[in-house]
Order: sequence, then C-alpha cells, then structure tokens
Amino acid sequence: MNPFTTLKGIVAPLDQPNVDTDQIIPKQFLKRVGRSGYEDALFFDWRVLDDGKTLNPDFALNEPRYQGASILLARENFGCGSSREHAPWALDNYGFRCIIAPSYADIFYGNCFNNGMLPIALSDAVVDDLFKATLANAGYELTVDLPAQTITQPDGSALSFEIDAFLKERLINGLDQIGLTLRHEEKITAFEKAAQG
Amino acid sequence: MAKNIYEKIWGAHIVHEDGDAALLYIDRHFVHEVTSPQAFEGLRLANRRVRRPELTYATMDHNIPTTGRGMPIKDPLSKKQVEVMEQNCADFEVELFNVDDRRNGIVHVIGPELGLTQPGFTIVCGDSHTSTHGAFGALAFGIGTSEVEHVLATQTLSQRASKTMEIRVNGTLATGITAKDIILAIVGKIGTAGGTGYVIEFTGEAIRALSMEGRMTVCNMTIEAGARAGLISPDEKTLAYLKGREFLPKDTSWDDLCARWSAFASDEGCAYDRLVELDASAIEPQVTWGTSPGMVTGVTGKTPVLKDISDSSMRAATEKALGYMDLGEGVAMEEVRINKMFVGSCTNGRIEDLRAASALAKGYTVSESLDQALIVPGSQEVKQQAEQEGLDAIFKAAGFEWREPGCSMCLAMNDDYLNPGDRCASTSNRNFEGRQGKGGRTHLVSPAMAVAAAINGHFTDIRNWKFN
Ligand code: SF4
Repeated sequence: MNPFTTLKGIVAPLDQPNVDTDQIIPKQFLKRVGRSGYEDALFFDWRVLDDGKTLNPDFALNEPRYQGASILLARENFGCGSSREHAPWALDNYGFRCIIAPSYADIFYGNCFNNGMLPIALSDAVVDDLFKATLANAGYELTVDLPAQTITQPDGSALSFEIDAFLKERLINGLDQIGLTLRHEEKITAFEKAAQG
Repeated sequence: MAKNIYEKIWGAHIVHEDGDAALLYIDRHFVHEVTSPQAFEGLRLANRRVRRPELTYATMDHNIPTTGRGMPIKDPLSKKQVEVMEQNCADFEVELFNVDDRRNGIVHVIGPELGLTQPGFTIVCGDSHTSTHGAFGALAFGIGTSEVEHVLATQTLSQRASKTMEIRVNGTLATGITAKDIILAIVGKIGTAGGTGYVIEFTGEAIRALSMEGRMTVCNMTIEAGARAGLISPDEKTLAYLKGREFLPKDTSWDDLCARWSAFASDEGCAYDRLVELDASAIEPQVTWGTSPGMVTGVTGKTPVLKDISDSSMRAATEKALGYMDLGEGVAMEEVRINKMFVGSCTNGRIEDLRAASALAKGYTVSESLDQALIVPGSQEVKQQAEQEGLDAIFKAAGFEWREPGCSMCLAMNDDYLNPGDRCASTSNRNFEGRQGKGGRTHLVSPAMAVAAAINGHFTDIRNWKFN
C-alpha cells in the first residue's frame, strides 16, 4: 500500500449530502475483476450525459478549474450504501487521495484506509467555509499534513483534524493490514485451539 | 454485570486487544462473485492461502440471469466474473453453491436457510446487507474487498468497538403491516446516518412477534440507517427455525446447541448507549418518495412541501430528490402511478414475503398500465417451496413473471433493470438514483404493497384490500 504523509493539491467540491456508493461508482462497472482502471467510472451517471460519452458540463468535476484535483470536498454521510470497495478504487484511480467531509458512512471510511486514502472529518461549519473558499478562488489548493494532523490554507492559516492513532500510523507507513495481523498468528492459533477444546 | 448481546459476542471473539480496537475471530465468511475476485487475486499475489476454507461459503447471486438456468450468460463481463468465482473456489477449496445447485440463492437468504448462520456468531461478507444475519443473534456486518482478503487470509478482522443502540418497538402492528414497514419507519425516524457508529439491537413486543423472516427484513435494512450491524436476541423462534438445518454442527447435541446459543441473548437490565422507542400500532404501510430510504411516508401521506422544511440543506436535498423522482410537492402517495414492479431481494425474497404477495394477487390481474411485474424468489429453496404451495400459479395467473432466484432488479446488474423514466414499486432496500437502472425511479414498499400497486397501477392502502 502507498504511504500517505503530506499532500498539496487542488480541491474539487461535491456539494451534496448522503452521496452513496451507487453514485460514486454505478453497478455496471462492478463486473470487472481488477482493482484499477475505474477512473472513467467515477460518478459516471452524474459526470457523463445520457449518450454515455459527453461530459456533463454542469457537473463540478468537469469544470476546467478542478482538473487535476486530488482533494475532494464533500458533505455529510459521504459514501453511504453499498460496501463496494470499487468506490475508493474509483476515487483513487481518478486522482483523489484525500476527502474532506463532515462525516462518512462506516464501511466506506474503513475502505479508504485500506487503499492508502485519507478521509478527514471536520465540523459542518469548517466544511462550509472550505466550500466557500473553494468556489471563490480558482485553483484553490490545500496542503494536508498527516503526521502534523493539519490542513494549511493558501493564506497560511492551518486547521487541525482528528484521526485515530493506529489508522494514522498505518497510512503514514503504508502498512498492509494482513501483514500486521499475521504478527498475532500465535494468538489466532491459540484462539482456534481453545474454541475446539 | 448484565451484558447486551453485542458485548457478549464481542467478548467471545477477541483474539487480540489494543485499547478499544480488537482483532475479532470470524466464525462465518460468505463470498459472492462481485466483491471477491480482487481479494482472491490479492491472496495469489502474496502467495497466501485461505486459512479456514471450511468456514467460508460462496454463492453466485448478484450478476446471474433470472431467466432460464443453464443458458450461457450473454454479457461477457458477467460471464467472466462467474467463471473467476468458480476458479477461485476451486483453487482455494471454498464450497460454492453454484447456479445449478439446489442451495443456490442470494447470500443473505441461503445463509440462514442452510443453518450456516447461527446465534452468537461473527459473520462477515463483502456486502452491506450482511446485517440480515443479525436476526439470529449473530454479529454480522458488511466489509470491503480488502477486508474480504484479510478474513480469507487470517480468519480475523480488526474492529473498533461500536456504541450500542436499543430500538424498542412497543405494542402490536395493525393488520397488514409488516416488518418492512417497521424498518422503513425506523429509517425515516432516525435518518440514514442515525445509526452511524452504532450496533443496533431491536427489542420490544412487536419485534418478538415477528417471524424469523420478518426479523431478517428488519435487520437487513439496519445498514440503511447507517448502523454497523443490527441484531435481535435469539429466542424460541430462532431455535425453531434453525432446527434440522443442513449445516448445523453434527458433533454437538441439539440441547447443547440451544443452551449455547440462548446464552448470547441480552441479559435483563443490560445497558445501551442510546434508546429509541417506536409505537408499532402507529405504523402505517410505508412508501418511499425520494432517493434515500429515509425519504419515506405512510401510504396515506404526501410528498413534502419545500417551504415547510426549515433546514436549508435538507430542503435542497428534498428538491433534488423530488426532481429526480419527477414528483411534485404535496402529492398524495396513493395518486402516484407505477409502470414496473419488483418483488424479491434479500430484504423481501423469502417464502413469507411470497405468501403475503400471493394472498393479495389471488383472483386479480396486473394493471394494463404495468410494463413489467417481476417476482424473483430469494433462493432455490424459496422457489421450490413456493411452487409446492402453488404460489407461482397464482402469480402467473395474475400476470406476474415468475423468475429464477438472484439479486435481479434489486441492483440491476443482470438483464432485469429499469429504463430511464420507469417508476417501480420495489421490495428491495435502496431507492438511490439509478440503483435499479439509470434514470429509473424506485419506491420501496412491502411485498403486499408492491403487489397491490401492480394490480391497481398506483400505490394503494392495503389495509382496505378485498382478499379473494
Ligand atoms: S438482493 Fe440486493 S441488497 Fe441483497 S445482496 Fe443482492 S444486490 Fe445486495
């Protein structure tokens, strides 16, 4: 897994609450058997018009000013619905490495960490301010510093964010969870023996 | 100290503890063709094996056709996914209930049917509706594909303890009101993120009165309230349902199993972090009007009026949902006309659902304004049982299509989908934009409500239904 330490990038806004994983990646793209190549599928039904080809000019991500964005700014309960890990894969393949929103659905939140992506939760009011700043300033960029747990705005002011210490450690070091768990191999075996006995 | 069922199951499965995080042992792992290929591939790349293949069971359900079995799958991508699942199960020695197996069906329908789902178990699957199995007093939840790989490799999962919520449904349901109406009313009340961070235990007289099928419907949709899992303490009904099922342990006596399972039930006087109470007698047949399961009202209700919504983001979300659903403000739900109907899914594809649906269908015909009305049993076992009872004949006589089991139009990965502009009464669990097909409009209802809408061409209060 790729480590996540710091990230400086353009912010793209998705101003909608309860964005579900069916929206992040519609079901027709779940038939593939790989983990990559999902960038074109991201928000497909919103991003692409009914002909299946033309980009929807009204969808924020298609605006020239948000091209190359690596930070997605979203609203509450982002990633609700299906457990499909294709959702973080599609976001990651498209180029998003970090999401900022007031809250996330549980399974999606965990799936992000398993793909080296950082979902940051900030208060409604702070997210609201970030939306305003993003819309008001073309090319608006933020710098995310995971070890310091800060987000620095273009004017130099910094916001801090909370994150679970263990998840932080995993992201910074790009640690594979299976590898971590297998350090407890003896305990797993002992548990199995006790259950049989 | 009195413990609730979640605390008991959690405590019994800790392999390793680190603060409020724990490595939990997983008793049962279900896999299906859509969320597992990348996990098996990960094992291959890392040269790992499946640690306990005998605790893992696989089925094909999401992607398969519901028209005749045995015909080649037309869509090359779907076909590939099915073949990859077959190969993975063969390579890693995982038992697969393939499409031609009498035990095939939707993963959350067959688990309980086969007795693979047992009280006190930890159960996971790369599928959010794994919460269904909580109806048996199991801690069951959906996981991502990386976690599927993790469970395959280690038979454990790293978890953080959740808070607990008791949802107590007091009193008795009115005639014709079902488990689906209870859970839709709950999601409507607490909201689609109301359960985030919690595991919910459903209690109260109205929950106890539900059959196991009904309890599965309730637990199935706990994920629609954002909860990690939903469960119900095991009781006599749980034991009666499980008795004689194929995959129960053979080396333990029935009495010992019952004692072991029953011990997981929440203790009298145990504590929860939050309590939500509902009065069952106040619940009417529910219909969703919007694009999230929490956008729901009683059948005698109306779509919202925007100026009555004070919260601005709620108002914007409502406006967008009404726009997508092509519904005006203050429209009576009974006036909303449909052109498609779907009875099935892991929420409402069980025998009791089909019995309820057929009771209304008997002696009626599907409205001419309907373009399609599908009945899709949740499993082969459900299908066979229904055919033995002659339910298929009732449906066919009334003009419904009787299909082979699978997820079908619940998520429309196969050939069963809505076209843009279609409006469907559906017994599934998600009414998200495009869930049943791009541009399709989904109204979530109980099986009885779906059939009544198909017969009348519009939503109908089934409490006034004239049964033949
Ligand atoms: S029936 Fe629908 S919700 Fe249930 S497992 Fe299949 S696709 Fe998922």
